[in-house]
Amino acid sequence: MKVKEIVDLLSLKVYSCEDSLQGEVTGGYASDLLSDVMGHSKEGQVWITLQTHKNIMGVASLRDLSAVILVKGFTPDDETVKLSVTEGVPLLGSDMEAFELCGKLYEVLGTQK
Amino acid sequence: MQFEYKVEGGDFTQAGHASSQIKKSLKQLGVDSSVIKRVVVALYEAEVNIVAHAYRGVIYADIESTGIKLTLEDEGPGIPDVEQAMRKGFSTASHAVREMGFGAGMGLPNISENADNLSIETVVGKGTTLRIEIKF
Ligand SMILES: Nc1ncnc2c1ncn2[C@@H]1O[C@H](COP(=O)(O)OP(=O)(O)OP(=O)(O)O)[C@@H](O)[C@H]1O
Ligand SMILES: [Mg+2]
Repeated sequence: MKVKEIVDLLSLKVYSCEDSLQGEVTGGYASDLLSDVMGHSKEGQVWITLQTHKNIMGVASLRDLSAVILVKGFTPDDETVKLSVTEGVPLLGSDMEAFELCGKLYEVLGTQK
Repeated sequence: MQFEYKVEGGDFTQAGHASSQIKKSLKQLGVDSSVIKRVVVALYEAEVNIVAHAYRGVIYADIESTGIKLTLEDEGPGIPDVEQAMRKGFSTASHAVREMGFGAGMGLPNISENADNLSIETVVGKGTTLRIEIKF
C-alpha cells in the first residue's frame, strides 16, 4: 500500500512532500525512543510518534522509513518540516492517539497487500 | 577513502550528519544494503552519544575495499563503568535529552549488535574513543 492511500484512508494531515506520497508502506513501528527506532524499525515502515523535533526525520531517512506520522495533533517544528523535504520522507499527522492510530493502520495494512 | 567530521556536544541540530554522509558514500560505492544499514545504526548511535554525553569529538571514517573502520574520539566525562554502560536500559542522559526521546540506554547495545568489532577506550574526566569495524 502506498503512503497516499494511507493518508486518504486515515484522513491524515500532510505536512510535507505532498507530491511524493508514492512510497510503499511495508508496515508500521510505534515508539517515541529514537534509539529504539534506529535499532529495530525496518525499511518501508511508517513511524508513529509524538516527537516533533528534526532528529526524527534524520532517523527516518537513515532507516529508509516510508513516512512519519505525528499523533495527538502534535505539530512539527519548522526545522523538522524542512529536513523532511530535503530527505524526501513525508511527514504526516493525525489528531488520533497512538493506540487508535496504530489500530486503524494495522487494520488497513492487514486487509490489503 | 577517508572522511573526518567534527561533532559538538549538545548540538542536536547536527546529530546524524556524519551518518547521513557516510550512508551516501557507501551507497555510491555499491556496498550491500544490509551492510549499509548496520553501519548507519552503529555510526548514528555513536555520533549521538558524543552530542548527548560529551563536550566535543571527531569522527574518522576509513572505507576500504573489505570494510569500514570508524573511530569516534571525544573529549568528555568518560565512562566510569563500561560494562554497566553497555547494558540495555542504562542511561545517565539528562531530563532534557530524555524528553527528546534519547536516553533509552539502547545506543551502545545497538552498536555492539551491528558491529563486527567494537572497542571502547575511556578515561574518566578526559574522554572516550570508540572503534567500530564492519566488514563488507
Ligand atoms: N561518548 C560518551 N561519553 C560519556 N559517556 C557516554 C558516552 N557514550 C555513552 N556514555 C554513557 O553510557 C550510557 C549508555 O549509552 P547508550 O548509548 O547505550 O544509551 P543513552 O545514550 O543513554 O540512550 P540512547 O542511546 O538509547 O538514546 C550513557 O547514558 C552514558 O552514561
Ligand atoms: Mg546513546
